[in-house]
Amino acid sequence: MRNSIFVLVILGAWITACAAPPQTLTLATTTSTYDTGLLDAIIPKFEAQSNARVKVIAVGTGQALKLGGDGNADVVLVHAREQEDAFVRAADGINRREVMYNDFVVVGAKEDPAKIADALNAADAFKKIALLQATFVSRGDNSGTQTKEKSIWATTNLTPTKEMLWYQSIGQGMSETLIFANEKRAYTLTDRGTWLALQNKLPNLALLVGGATLAENKDKTLLNPYGVIPVNPAKHPNVNAALAEKFAAWITSPETQKLIGDFGKDKFGQALFYPNAGR
Amino acid sequence: MDELFSGFIHALQLIFSLDATLTQIVALSLQVSGIALGISALMGVPFGAWLGLTRRRARGIIIALIYTGMGLPPVVVGLFVYLIFSQSGPFANLNWLFTPNAMIVAQVIIALPLVAGFTMAAVSGVDPELRQQLLALGATSAQATRAILREARTGVFVALAAGFGGIISEVGAVMLVGGNIAGSTRVLTTAIVLETRQGEFGRAMALGLILLAISFVINLGLLSLQGGVIRVKS
Repeated sequence: MRNSIFVLVILGAWITACAAPPQTLTLATTTSTYDTGLLDAIIPKFEAQSNARVKVIAVGTGQALKLGGDGNADVVLVHAREQEDAFVRAADGINRREVMYNDFVVVGAKEDPAKIADALNAADAFKKIALLQATFVSRGDNSGTQTKEKSIWATTNLTPTKEMLWYQSIGQGMSETLIFANEKRAYTLTDRGTWLALQNKLPNLALLVGGATLAENKDKTLLNPYGVIPVNPAKHPNVNAALAEKFAAWITSPETQKLIGDFGKDKFGQALFYPNAGR
Repeated sequence: MDELFSGFIHALQLIFSLDATLTQIVALSLQVSGIALGISALMGVPFGAWLGLTRRRARGIIIALIYTGMGLPPVVVGLFVYLIFSQSGPFANLNWLFTPNAMIVAQVIIALPLVAGFTMAAVSGVDPELRQQLLALGATSAQATRAILREARTGVFVALAAGFGGIISEVGAVMLVGGNIAGSTRVLTTAIVLETRQGEFGRAMALGLILLAISFVINLGLLSLQGGVIRVKS
């Protein structure tokens, strides 16, 4: 009896020692996927399945794509369609796939001086803010969120510049921008996930445009698709292409897509991301 | 390597094109840190001198406090100043949060212990006999202190250089309390963070080089005020 246990222990140690050391995958992604806790919730499953360690670098979309374009990341998960297409056109990435989408909302001081709660859509709300010259905080960091903000301003035929004192471009992340807006009782555009995660720390702010949940968001221009793009090994031979492709296939697989769709329901009472791979 | 080189080229282009945005960022950096250093010098040099000369019992505790202050992490100072001026803080009415005023307050807190601490060390290093002699010769206490500061001027300029170097290069506090607003509270260090986060490494490098150049010129200026450069030459 004693001997057999001993043999088992030795066998166990031997198997463990023989198992290949985990490979490392560097994932460059946006702060929204990380700050909401989505990646922490799903990535351990990939690590266990693929015997891999995932290093997550959470930055703005601009820098995430730059990391990929420099061959410093193996795969990117970002949300700024035009920049993504440019990334693929430049042969820095290959085989972009849809993963999921979330949406943006406009938040602002509870008093809502520009009365944007009655606005038809985000563009209308922006017009009202500009008309009153109510303080608006911009991410100003070339992130996916700011790219969306700029595209909304473009439809209003207004181009805010830093000379306009009501328009404050602070060049910081979403959480910092929301905290700034809370202090200044200002308006800003945010992704719903970060808003929900931070909401109870923002007593002066209220969600004004975008509806209580993603399904209730009437302004379809506020939808925000995420894509996964493995970095092109032909251009950047040092990347771990096989593992990057494995990750892209895994995050678009039905099982992971279900995990993504369920994420946040227990904590916020609503999903933060809607999976849409292969659709 | 490419980024380093292109950053250098970019820096030269930016400097010689007198880019309006850049000029404004540089001007604000100098204004905020300059005023903060001025306030720190006005308070820190006399206080440091007094501390170097006094023999009071409390001296030890004050010195320990100053040495602690010399190592204050800027981000902690930033947090503290943020909380005082925040909407829920005691000085919310001033509306200083996210303005250069709050940045100056934070930088004074960072620079003051550096200026006071180094001044104290310099003054303590002057021969204690000097003060006795000056007083015996009929100098007032203030005159004697001024003479000792003149004697210790190398150390006093080191104190000013340390204070300035500490604040022109810090990013944690100005980011928190200034908010990095384009055109109103963006300084060199916060602009560097922003450009880096956007993957604009060339522009970030350029700003970094400009920051170094400014530091170098200011220190040269301090040295020549002190007479150091000239003395080395002769």
